[in-house]
Amino acid sequence: MAQATVTRSTGATGVPYYQTKQFAKLVHDIIIYTLLVVLGIIFAFPFFWMLSSALKTNTDVLLWPPVWIPNPPQWGNFYESLFGNSQLPFIPTFLFNTLRIEFFVIIGRFVTCVLVAYAFARLNAPGKDFLFAVLLATLMLPSAALLIPKFIIFSRLDVWSVQFFESLSRTLGINIPPIHFINTTLPLVLPSFFAEAYAVFLFRQFFMSIPRELEEAFRMDGAGTPRIIFNLIVPLSMPVIAVILVFTFKDTWNDLEGPLIYLNNLQQYTLSLGLAFFNGQFRVDMNLLMAANFAVMLPLIALFFVAQRLFVEGVSMSGMGGR
Amino acid sequence: MTIAVPTIAAKRTPKKSTQARREAILFYVCVAPWVIGFILLTLGPMLWSLYLSFTRWDVLTPPEWIGLANYTYIITRDTDFYQALRVTSTFAIFSIPLQLITGLLMAILLNEATRGVGLFRTVFYLPSVVAVVAAAVLWQWLLNPDVGPINGFLGLFGIQGPKWFADPKYALWGMIIMSVWGAGGQMLIFLAGLKGIPKALYEAAEIDGAGIWTRFSKVTVPMLSSTLFFNLIMGIIGSFQTFGAAWVISTARAGQIGGPLKSTLFYMLYAWSKGLGAETKMGYASALTWILFIIILVITLITIRSSAVWVYYESEKKG
Repeated sequence: MAQATVTRSTGATGVPYYQTKQFAKLVHDIIIYTLLVVLGIIFAFPFFWMLSSALKTNTDVLLWPPVWIPNPPQWGNFYESLFGNSQLPFIPTFLFNTLRIEFFVIIGRFVTCVLVAYAFARLNAPGKDFLFAVLLATLMLPSAALLIPKFIIFSRLDVWSVQFFESLSRTLGINIPPIHFINTTLPLVLPSFFAEAYAVFLFRQFFMSIPRELEEAFRMDGAGTPRIIFNLIVPLSMPVIAVILVFTFKDTWNDLEGPLIYLNNLQQYTLSLGLAFFNGQFRVDMNLLMAANFAVMLPLIALFFVAQRLFVEGVSMSGMGGR
Repeated sequence: MTIAVPTIAAKRTPKKSTQARREAILFYVCVAPWVIGFILLTLGPMLWSLYLSFTRWDVLTPPEWIGLANYTYIITRDTDFYQALRVTSTFAIFSIPLQLITGLLMAILLNEATRGVGLFRTVFYLPSVVAVVAAAVLWQWLLNPDVGPINGFLGLFGIQGPKWFADPKYALWGMIIMSVWGAGGQMLIFLAGLKGIPKALYEAAEIDGAGIWTRFSKVTVPMLSSTLFFNLIMGIIGSFQTFGAAWVISTARAGQIGGPLKSTLFYMLYAWSKGLGAETKMGYASALTWILFIIILVITLITIRSSAVWVYYESEKKG
């Protein structure tokens, strides 16, 4: 007791404040938070600038020194850029196209990836290990390098399809229009119905951690495999499935290469491609372009705020998101 | 597929193998979508493009076999190919270390901070969520030579800012700056890595009298080396696949792919423009694609090989 008092008193008198633990902690915090705030401002500034530009008049937007906070803010710019149809036509169409692709891609990927992953996690068959090794190997393939080869396949399919439907029409004596694989959204949607290696891999890992006893209990009650998959495995795996679906939504929303390669008709463009198209037009006012840009980003930003935990988990789970 | 044979075997040993056979059939049915997709959308396209890379093919007329001519032309005479390699590797050499340093710095700061972590993490990661196209459009505006805030900021210090995306000397630097803005993905991976380092290591180091810098260089860096390695490989592969941002920015000057003066002619952009953009030399574009496959394979192998020297894995005991 006495000793403790002694130590404290020497601590108070002998050691100056700037050598104490509390001071070290304070300095540490000041440095950390100064850096965080500086970096935070740098990283947030582009968003601020975009929003500020989007709310200016088309003359103010070109002023320097800038009008930092537009007065009054031109909220009408958002309506004008999205539905005004004057400088940026078709945006509602682009939105519809994008959402339609999203819908099919998400459904396709969800159903097929769950099925394939379940098979790899629970079922035995000759050749299973080999197939799984192939699946892992495809994870290493650079996806961008497959763009041109894939395009070649789809253009070939298009030619075959036209020939097939022509001969079919001739034999049946009625005119059946061919299914086109080029200049339609089909090549953007179709691949998702053939499972995606990364999602399969992650799902499989998760499915394997589900106790087999649960499955057997279900089977005792007379449940078949489909019921086991969709009533037992899927609900239990919601954490990992949600992560994949969120990233699928984001990647499809952001996809530029696919729509660029397969779509030629402005009416079929997605938001990403449409935005890139308008960016190349000199007559588009910057305030409207920024408003449209902000609107294109908004759903993803909103999704991020709602499902932030999923994004963070997804990245640490797998390293996705480092683009 | 190979299911016809077991029918006979099943009769000999009844119960057990009927069940096994059922399970196998179910397996093949479930796996079928992926197998078909792999053959139709990955293996098939790759092999076909390998074949096409030995041909001259303009899409309209049938491909004509020309042997190695595409490859020899690319390697001996195609100056644009070398320009594309130069642009891509310059971008990789500067942007990857900058992204890694920024990502690591942000992760360490977040790991040290106690309050407001969620807010800062959101701000740092948000840029990696938004579309490449939207980011590119935004950065073009930020780096506008006349009324952009960045040149305005430089002007405060009396520096005449460059013309960025309109100047061949600076266009690639604009892209590099933009890529650092998207370092949030790396940050999250680093953050996960930092969380995995046992606290005891830092405490032990502190007892031994290690300062901040020693703790960073002797504990954090070795323990993070496998994460660093992962981010490095992904960064290299990613930079060879860069397409969107360069396409958006260079097409803004109407049709000048990879402009100005081919200063942002990324590899993928070049391959695309040969096959699907300005020209339709599909055989040539296929050869470029296959060279890309090989480049990425070689770089990945080199990085994996060299990693034995500098990556520390906990499972292996080093002296």
